[in-house]
Amino acid sequence: MIENSQPKTFQPPVPSNGNISLVTKPRLILRTVLGSLGVITVYSLATLDTGNLKLGEAFQSLGVNLKSMFLQPSIGQDTWGVLLRALSTSVALTLLTTLLGAFIAFFIAVFAARNLSPAWLANTIKAVMAFIRSIPTILWVLIYSVVMGLGANAAVVGLTFHSIAYLVKAYSESIEETPQDTIEALKASGVGFWPIIFQAILPSIVPALLSWTFIRFEINFANAVAVGAAAGADDIGYYLFMASGFYFNFHEVGLIVYMLLAIAIALEIISMRLRGHYLKQN
Amino acid sequence: MQRRLRLSFVLGLLILIYMVSVILVNFQTFSSLAQVPAGLIWLFKNFIPNEHTASYLGPILYQLWRTLIISISSTICAALLSLIFAVLGAKTTSPNRGFQLTVRFGASLLRNIPVVAWAMILLFSFKQSDFTGFLALFFMTLGYLTRAFTETIEDLDGEKLQALQAVGANYFQCVFCGVLPEVASSLTSWVLYMIENNLRDATLVGILTGTGIGFLFNHYFKGFRYDAAGLIVLLIAVLVILLELTSTQIRRAIA
Repeated sequence: MIENSQPKTFQPPVPSNGNISLVTKPRLILRTVLGSLGVITVYSLATLDTGNLKLGEAFQSLGVNLKSMFLQPSIGQDTWGVLLRALSTSVALTLLTTLLGAFIAFFIAVFAARNLSPAWLANTIKAVMAFIRSIPTILWVLIYSVVMGLGANAAVVGLTFHSIAYLVKAYSESIEETPQDTIEALKASGVGFWPIIFQAILPSIVPALLSWTFIRFEINFANAVAVGAAAGADDIGYYLFMASGFYFNFHEVGLIVYMLLAIAIALEIISMRLRGHYLKQN
Repeated sequence: MQRRLRLSFVLGLLILIYMVSVILVNFQTFSSLAQVPAGLIWLFKNFIPNEHTASYLGPILYQLWRTLIISISSTICAALLSLIFAVLGAKTTSPNRGFQLTVRFGASLLRNIPVVAWAMILLFSFKQSDFTGFLALFFMTLGYLTRAFTETIEDLDGEKLQALQAVGANYFQCVFCGVLPEVASSLTSWVLYMIENNLRDATLVGILTGTGIGFLFNHYFKGFRYDAAGLIVLLIAVLVILLELTSTQIRRAIA
């Protein structure tokens, strides 16, 4: 019988002493960014001006207000007719500014796309749009309300202005995703500028355009309400502002918030359905 | 032919919607659009900061700084909370279906209450303090980020989680060692986007609640000190553009 006098052992090779670090450069940058944001947050919370507020009492009163808003909504001093009319104005304002904005933005986007127009033109348009976009919508509305007077016209122009700047960026980036070869080939075979856009580029980017337009639609609804509250357009935002800022009627605020929620959720469902419907067809 | 018919139908419908909206809003399309150039000229004449404007620079810069750090802190606080909600609510990591539905519904509720309503509700309890603006931005960001984080976690490859479970990792090990490191950079990208967004919204909240840079703008604007108001607009634009450029750089570096 052969016995193994000595069990065979395998010595695994000793790993070299160089540390294998899991921390790569992107990770390091990520940590630095999150760390510095954290520091700013702590600093900001520590120096937050609470205006001699007793936080406990404030949260308690918030609780009471929320309860009277959401559990006991009622109509207050306005009538259903007035509120529903104001709500339809808000929706109309949203539709109007989105449609007008999308229409104008598409034609500007054609000239802002690097693969369709010369670089200097595209860059100039993009820079101007970036500037317009960086100024909040509400400031545009306030600025236009001085020129045109408070009311619907200033609201529409201000909202449309910002929508155009937003959509030009989104649309032109979608257009730029069309392969250069397609455009070159069509140009070489003598197809004109606008036919290229409407026959070749537009059909292929419609889903992207639709989804950006719907995103802007939802933003515009929130903006339309804001404009009513801050710049006095005669829409639901104005009644919201009056009910909470002047009459202190939280039951009515609750009712208006419920109305806004209903519209926002309906918009979300409609846009999801339409997008799904379009994607299925193509 | 059918395609063309459908196209004309859609176009007709859009024009109809436009007409009805114009009537409801009472908007004069052509006379208003004709005023746009005049508006821009007026803007460039009156909103240009002049030699008197420099005296306003101190308070403006201070409020701009406060607004910036409040946008950041409200986003970060909301992000921490939404991370917990997102882990509880995402299909792949949720402990049970009840959590999923609750998180989804709650996020949708928070998101769809307009920031104006938040500002007005909070103003009554928290008065004219920075805290009102902070909370208004916080609640809205919470809604948005919970949804974005949930979707990001759900997009994650489910097989990796299964592999971790197969080697005997428990729930917390799965979440902290499997899910979070994987999604960290896309979550940070969302956080940066929300900071930009909140800086813009902070102006609106400020106008409504009388705090921060929005209040200062409203104050100068209503007092016809257009040069100072113009300086604020200019500085907000510069800050937003700087923030956009920085976050683009960061996004590229951590991708």
